[in-house]
Amino acid sequence: MTRRKVIAGLCLLFALVAGPALAETTLRIGLAEDPDLLDPTLARTYVGRIVFASMCDKLVDISPELDFVPQLATEWHWTDDNKGLVMKLRQGVKFQDGEPFDAAAVKFNIERHLSLPGSNRKAEISAVTGVEIIDDQTVKLVLSTPFAPLLAALSDRAGMMVAPNAAQAGAEFSAHPVCAGPYKFVQRVAQDRIILERFADYWNKDAIHFDRIEFLPIPDSTVRLANLQSGGLDLIERLAATDVAAVEGDKKLKQAQITSLAYQGITINLANGPKAQNPLGQDPRVRQALELSIDRGALNKVVFNGLFEPGNQWEPPGNPYHIKDIPIAGRDVAKAKQLLADAKAPHPTVTIMVPTNPETLQAAQVIQAMAGEAGFDIKIEATEFASSLDLAVKGDYQAYLVGWSGRTDPDGNIYNFAACKAPPALNVTHYCNQQVDQELNAARTAASQSDRVAHYAKVAEHLLNDRPIIYLWHPKWLYAMTAKLNGFTPYPDGLIRPQGLNMQ
Amino acid sequence: MTSETVETVVVEDDAGERPWQRALRRLVKRRAALIGLGVVIFFIILAVAAPLVSPYDPLATNWALVRKPPSAAHLFGTDELGRDVLARIIWGSRASLLAGLVSVSLALAVGVPIGLVSGYVGGILDGTVMRLIDAMLAIPFLILAIALAAFLGPSLSNAMIAIGISQMPIFARLTRGQVLSVKHEDYIEAARALGNPHRRIMMRHIFPNIVPPIMVQATLATAAAIIAEASLSFLGLGQQPPDPSWGSMLNTAKNFVSQAPWMSEWPGLAIFALVLSLNLFGDGLRDALDPRRG
Amino acid sequence: MIAFLLRRLALLVPTLFFVSVLIFGLQQLLPGDPATALAGEERDPTVIAFLRQKYHLDQPLPVRYGLWIKGVLQGDFGESIRIRRPVLDLVEEKLPVTGELALLAFVIAVAIGVPAGILAAVKNNTAVDYGATMAALWGLSIPNFWLGILLILLFSVQLGWLPASGFVPPAESLKQNLLTLIMPAFVLGNAIAAIMMRHTRSAMLQVLGADYVRTARAKGLTERRVVLRHALRNALVPVVTLGALEFGALLSGAVLTEQVFTIPGFGKLIVDAVFNRDYAVVQGVVLCTALAYILLNLLADVAYVLINPRLRA
Repeated sequence: MTRRKVIAGLCLLFALVAGPALAETTLRIGLAEDPDLLDPTLARTYVGRIVFASMCDKLVDISPELDFVPQLATEWHWTDDNKGLVMKLRQGVKFQDGEPFDAAAVKFNIERHLSLPGSNRKAEISAVTGVEIIDDQTVKLVLSTPFAPLLAALSDRAGMMVAPNAAQAGAEFSAHPVCAGPYKFVQRVAQDRIILERFADYWNKDAIHFDRIEFLPIPDSTVRLANLQSGGLDLIERLAATDVAAVEGDKKLKQAQITSLAYQGITINLANGPKAQNPLGQDPRVRQALELSIDRGALNKVVFNGLFEPGNQWEPPGNPYHIKDIPIAGRDVAKAKQLLADAKAPHPTVTIMVPTNPETLQAAQVIQAMAGEAGFDIKIEATEFASSLDLAVKGDYQAYLVGWSGRTDPDGNIYNFAACKAPPALNVTHYCNQQVDQELNAARTAASQSDRVAHYAKVAEHLLNDRPIIYLWHPKWLYAMTAKLNGFTPYPDGLIRPQGLNMQ
Repeated sequence: MTSETVETVVVEDDAGERPWQRALRRLVKRRAALIGLGVVIFFIILAVAAPLVSPYDPLATNWALVRKPPSAAHLFGTDELGRDVLARIIWGSRASLLAGLVSVSLALAVGVPIGLVSGYVGGILDGTVMRLIDAMLAIPFLILAIALAAFLGPSLSNAMIAIGISQMPIFARLTRGQVLSVKHEDYIEAARALGNPHRRIMMRHIFPNIVPPIMVQATLATAAAIIAEASLSFLGLGQQPPDPSWGSMLNTAKNFVSQAPWMSEWPGLAIFALVLSLNLFGDGLRDALDPRRG
Repeated sequence: MIAFLLRRLALLVPTLFFVSVLIFGLQQLLPGDPATALAGEERDPTVIAFLRQKYHLDQPLPVRYGLWIKGVLQGDFGESIRIRRPVLDLVEEKLPVTGELALLAFVIAVAIGVPAGILAAVKNNTAVDYGATMAALWGLSIPNFWLGILLILLFSVQLGWLPASGFVPPAESLKQNLLTLIMPAFVLGNAIAAIMMRHTRSAMLQVLGADYVRTARAKGLTERRVVLRHALRNALVPVVTLGALEFGALLSGAVLTEQVFTIPGFGKLIVDAVFNRDYAVVQGVVLCTALAYILLNLLADVAYVLINPRLRA
């Protein structure tokens, strides 16, 4: 009896001593929203991509400079007049349930993205007609037409690979997703937390230093920051611009930022129903006057403490597809008034539909005051986001202050908003210009980046004169974290990549 | 908003004093209630006199003065767009008071007649109406208000309608309860025996007796409505920018509590003062009108 | 008693019917197409059409109502379109959370409100009365989202005593569970404390003036004994039954409190669902809470009648 007690005591002692050394390291990340379905094929929110970045590896990834780098695929090249993409797959990769990652898995996944009912990825890779298995570690994606944005699509959810057996198991896959990324799914409590645990057989396990990641959605930015400040979180995304100074002044915290791929602007109803029949919708001079009445720099300063990036296109300055020779027009109230007089509409009334988001509403009020000085009578119609989408699609709006979270490929930022045949749910202005269409389509199939830039330059020429959208600013992704967190690199797509993160 | 109701049975006093005279006498004795009433009247005067009293235009922005602390020029400081906080408090009193008064008026205008008729007529009509009222009461007040406000769209007037509709069932039930307790009194029976038409009986005999508890509930409901407007503002429903209301000012200011505390202190204090005063006055009124004490 | 119960239970049916029609109407008539709202950023027309078809959104309203009610009667409350989980699963998950929050809030409300009410009644119309009244009323006079944020900034950020937000289930760590719930329960309970105070004070005043209390006083019992033994016991009865009736108020308050403190309970579930147009969730949860509210009311009435034999006749 005594011997057992001694052994038990020794075990306890050992546990107490070794406990801390063996303790799990957890990274707690505060998200700005609760993600939706954790199934790459069906997922539809931006914030879900942040979770995927830790859970589901994809064929290719991007570098902070927006170059494509290998992830599950190690090399690739185009063939068949750019209608075939041959990819060599990484060896020795396993899915989180032990299944091997191979060409058959890639074929399964691409076909799943294309054919699963309700798939949100189908439109992204619709040019792909099939996948050929060349050998166990090589596939060829067969396209119906050359499609330059394909690699970018494969660097996002459309390139994510899920375990085939798990996906076909029958139960709701999103309730327990199985992928090939550094962390595997453990638990999710809706609107509360998502818990991931280290995947021991991850192909790049040397870059992974945390045992667990906990994602905690906390929608209010003040409360999210409060959690970080009180030690309840280690890292938060979408820090409010007006809170950056507080983080910089706190020795226990540090911040990181990067210009995003997103934009915010005023979308104007040009041809979507009767609400387009007004000076703003019909006369480009009125739209130009509106743009000239806005001081983007002052707007940025007042609402975002000068932290965001003013812009006049769908790509931010610094992006390879940003058209440099069209500088941002400065404020010119006199010219704006002149244009309005020429258009015989000296005091146009403009109702701007604004989703009920605090920063957007502030920006709308700034625009209201600025444009008022040029003669515009701006009315702000605060509308719940879900309603505003619906109204925009139906054409029941005059102007809409809204943004787009941004895609790696410029096609994803402009095609669906400016093409004649774009889905009406996205091209809510019903803008249609044949020449623009030609250039957009050409940019889709052109092979080299410089060719594509040339085409987008032509698009910009038209677009920035027609102004279906007056681009105003590009948000910056703002992060705050405990000063002890090392290895954090911000990416333009805003995703938090766990590789390299460690706590000192 | 709660389900509490006031139960009183009003009868004439032995001393021959009319109920309202006695109530007024007792009310004057309760100092807290009088202070409450005084504060409420102060805010009403402030709201009415806003154009005369306000130092600035509440909508006038000033990019150079964003989030500046209180100073000689701006006694309460400036907000996130450089507007004067004091001016917005003064003008915002209109929105907050309206939110209270209009909502409750709507609730009274719909709820009291429903309760009156339902209680008086009785039978199947009463049964059906009460099931409908019960159904509305079974849905938590704020959830009903949110659903209604979302349905109508974010604006102050829609918020007032939503709050008013959500408060209506309480008044209906309260009125009906009062009607039921008075319906079988002798003087009512006598009036009917004399051949008085129903409408006359309802208006002249029943209604005056049920006014006191309804008044109390209305005062308390006004307080609750003002808080509800602030709550709806927190969710993005309610008064929309640039027009000020204390609730929406508080909602914007909550993101600047550390950097610019004056932005939230003043609207918060204003709401607190007005709502507390209404609650104190309402409680005092209830005490004064309750014949069981005194 | 049995007849009384049966009658009340029978009345449940039309009431619930009205609730279902009311909440169904409110949800379905919300502006904004759920399919578009839930199709995400991409707004792929194929996906929108698929969602419409899958969730019968293209059918006329009465048909959709019929389908929903048919499902409810068979135990299927539909699913959340946003995360594809059955509504009942979500209810099961969130109910204990809000339940615990409401319970703690009620305890705090009683702890603040009842003593305040007793004090106010015993020292009626004095400074103590006003003081106690104010102490209880201030919770009702502050928007609870603002109070919540102030408390978070003070107790979490400045002092570091409490976690700023979030929820830890009691099974995981009872200590953390209570720490995460103290502030929200206080914010929520504060508002209800005022109602507790009012009713306690009211009931106490009534009882203190009653004959048998005067008799006790005449017999020479000390004031304290009078209060504690006779008055309090009788005054507490309506207070306890009040708990059930305040369930609605607690849930209302929980809506905002859970938003601020990010507590994954009913309130947060409903609000998020309204804004996401996840209508099945709103309808299902409201129906469940309405049922709970009606049953609690019934229990309270039964308890009241049982305790007060005079009302039984």
